[in-house]
Amino acid sequence: MRRYFGRKLLTYLITFFVAATIDWMIPRFMPGDPIAVLVAKTNGISSQSAQYLVDYYNNLFGLNKPLPVQFLNFWSSLLHGNLGLSIYGDGTPVTQMIMAAVPYTLALLIPSILLSWWAGNSFGALAARRRWLDNTILPVGYVLTATPYMWLAIVLSFVLSFSLRIFPLSGGYGFNLEPTLTWLFFTDLVAHWVLPFMSLFLVMFGGWAIGMRNMIIYELESDYSRYLAALGAPQGLIRKYAFRNAMLPQITGLALQLGVIVAGALVTEIVFSYPGLGHLVFQAIENEDYFLLQGIFLFIIVGVLLANFIVDIVYVIVDPRTRVAMRGGTA
Amino acid sequence: MTAATGTPTKPGAAADDADKNPTPPAKRARGETLFFALRSKKFLVSATILLVLAFIAIFGPLIDSTDPVAQGGLPMRHPTLELGNWFGSTYFGDDVFSQFANGLRASFFVGFLGGGLAAVIGMGVGFVAGYRGGWLDEILNMITNIFLVIPTLAVLLVITSYLAARGVLFEAVFVGLFSWPWAARAIRAQTFSLRSREFIDLAKLSGRSGWKVILFEIAPNMSSYLFLTYILLFGGAILLAASLDFIGLGPTGGMSLGLMMYNSVTYGAALQLGIWWWFIPPGIGIIALVGALYVMNVGLDEIFNPKLRDI
Repeated sequence: MRRYFGRKLLTYLITFFVAATIDWMIPRFMPGDPIAVLVAKTNGISSQSAQYLVDYYNNLFGLNKPLPVQFLNFWSSLLHGNLGLSIYGDGTPVTQMIMAAVPYTLALLIPSILLSWWAGNSFGALAARRRWLDNTILPVGYVLTATPYMWLAIVLSFVLSFSLRIFPLSGGYGFNLEPTLTWLFFTDLVAHWVLPFMSLFLVMFGGWAIGMRNMIIYELESDYSRYLAALGAPQGLIRKYAFRNAMLPQITGLALQLGVIVAGALVTEIVFSYPGLGHLVFQAIENEDYFLLQGIFLFIIVGVLLANFIVDIVYVIVDPRTRVAMRGGTA
Repeated sequence: MTAATGTPTKPGAAADDADKNPTPPAKRARGETLFFALRSKKFLVSATILLVLAFIAIFGPLIDSTDPVAQGGLPMRHPTLELGNWFGSTYFGDDVFSQFANGLRASFFVGFLGGGLAAVIGMGVGFVAGYRGGWLDEILNMITNIFLVIPTLAVLLVITSYLAARGVLFEAVFVGLFSWPWAARAIRAQTFSLRSREFIDLAKLSGRSGWKVILFEIAPNMSSYLFLTYILLFGGAILLAASLDFIGLGPTGGMSLGLMMYNSVTYGAALQLGIWWWFIPPGIGIIALVGALYVMNVGLDEIFNPKLRDI
């Protein structure tokens, strides 16, 4: 057990190190000079003052020090939770801005991932059983899973918000409200949450349903199912075993899909101007706020790594073979 | 069997008869593949969709040669049958059909090149790791796992935001550079199961070098699997590029389907003004393209793999 998790943890730590190093390297080694871009924004200054500004910024960001020192400084401030100041946020620390946005993103991601996984797997398993359901779920599933997240969000927003006026237009809560612990604020919050949640849920649902349907069929074709059937076991029992075995690849699939899902949440938030990380990413790019963008990048990496670790734990709990193998037995 | 594989096709009696009288063994393999391909509804439907889309991407910009970003025409025109206005015009007076056709071109390009690059890297890593094994496998596996967990879009965000001028070529290359890990993992597993077979041992005994064994013995034996992987990478690259475009890091100066959605929602006020004909086509285009690729993947799988055939 310790060996298994130790190995996983090591991989994740190295991953974090690699990601953070990429984060550090890109502004320094990419063609183009962010400082020059920054200075170019101040129109109509003399070349002398421009040079002064360049020196000032280089000094401010510590870019005039040798690279190894810059690298160490980067890590030291990173471990202190210091990701720099945001230009878009008028000098607010990046960490603080991210922290304010994370609850919204998690409020979208966690329910949509869990519910779509559950619903997709249930429907997929049902589809493998009934022909008419299979004939409807399969095409619908393929269309949904090929749908770009933002497009479904745009269509839902256009139809249900802009045309039919059922849901509020955009934002995390109404412009006329202050975040308070009242019933009114809570219902408003939920009303703004429904559409971004729905678009995430629907796209993911398609993928899980198809995956589960194909896995179940594969399991039903396998030797143990045929053997059970030959022994005269009831259909329900065979299905139950097939479902349990088909679950495992779906859990691994969840871990593999996390990056895509987070990306989906980012673009969905942009459509609805939902005040989560996606909206922040969008603002960072529009305002060329590199500190903010890089901070969000690191934050997403940490989040995805944590989620992966949770999936690893769940996998061990769900799959008895991993547990047996860990205790040194043979599966 | 029919219920289990779940294809909507009900094989006809004639097809069943043909099945019992197989063609002579020499021609059999290719003829059989073609026979099952022409009988697979999934394959036929998806191939038709892909051909239509490819036709629009290739000839669309020639038939309707309006500059997609000229901003010269009448703004916000509803779609009409008139040439140059099939899909209406944008808030800025651009021709939506011209944008769509050019965007579709870019999507095919990104899928073809980005997916291709990812397939090449994935094959390289997967073959070497699976065939050589040992410490090389350990290292390659570690690298694969690292790139597997890092969310691709997040990396691309940080990288592309520093590029002032971005072309479709750059986008395709970056997408390809970061979307290979799952393919590498899958190919490694397949290679691993093939490498202990007897024909591989024979090839080794005959003195073939490692990469020749990989290239001439292992790769041809999983060619259908590699092709299916490429199809999935193709579709994945298109979706990834569309997201990148939508965030505002799309090609500068060019046109893409993701950029159409980005422009319509963020600058063109398409939602507020009800210019639905601006953002509906790019989405439908991507769904049709990627959906057809996914369905083709399943259809081809059934054609290549006798176990999955709907008999």
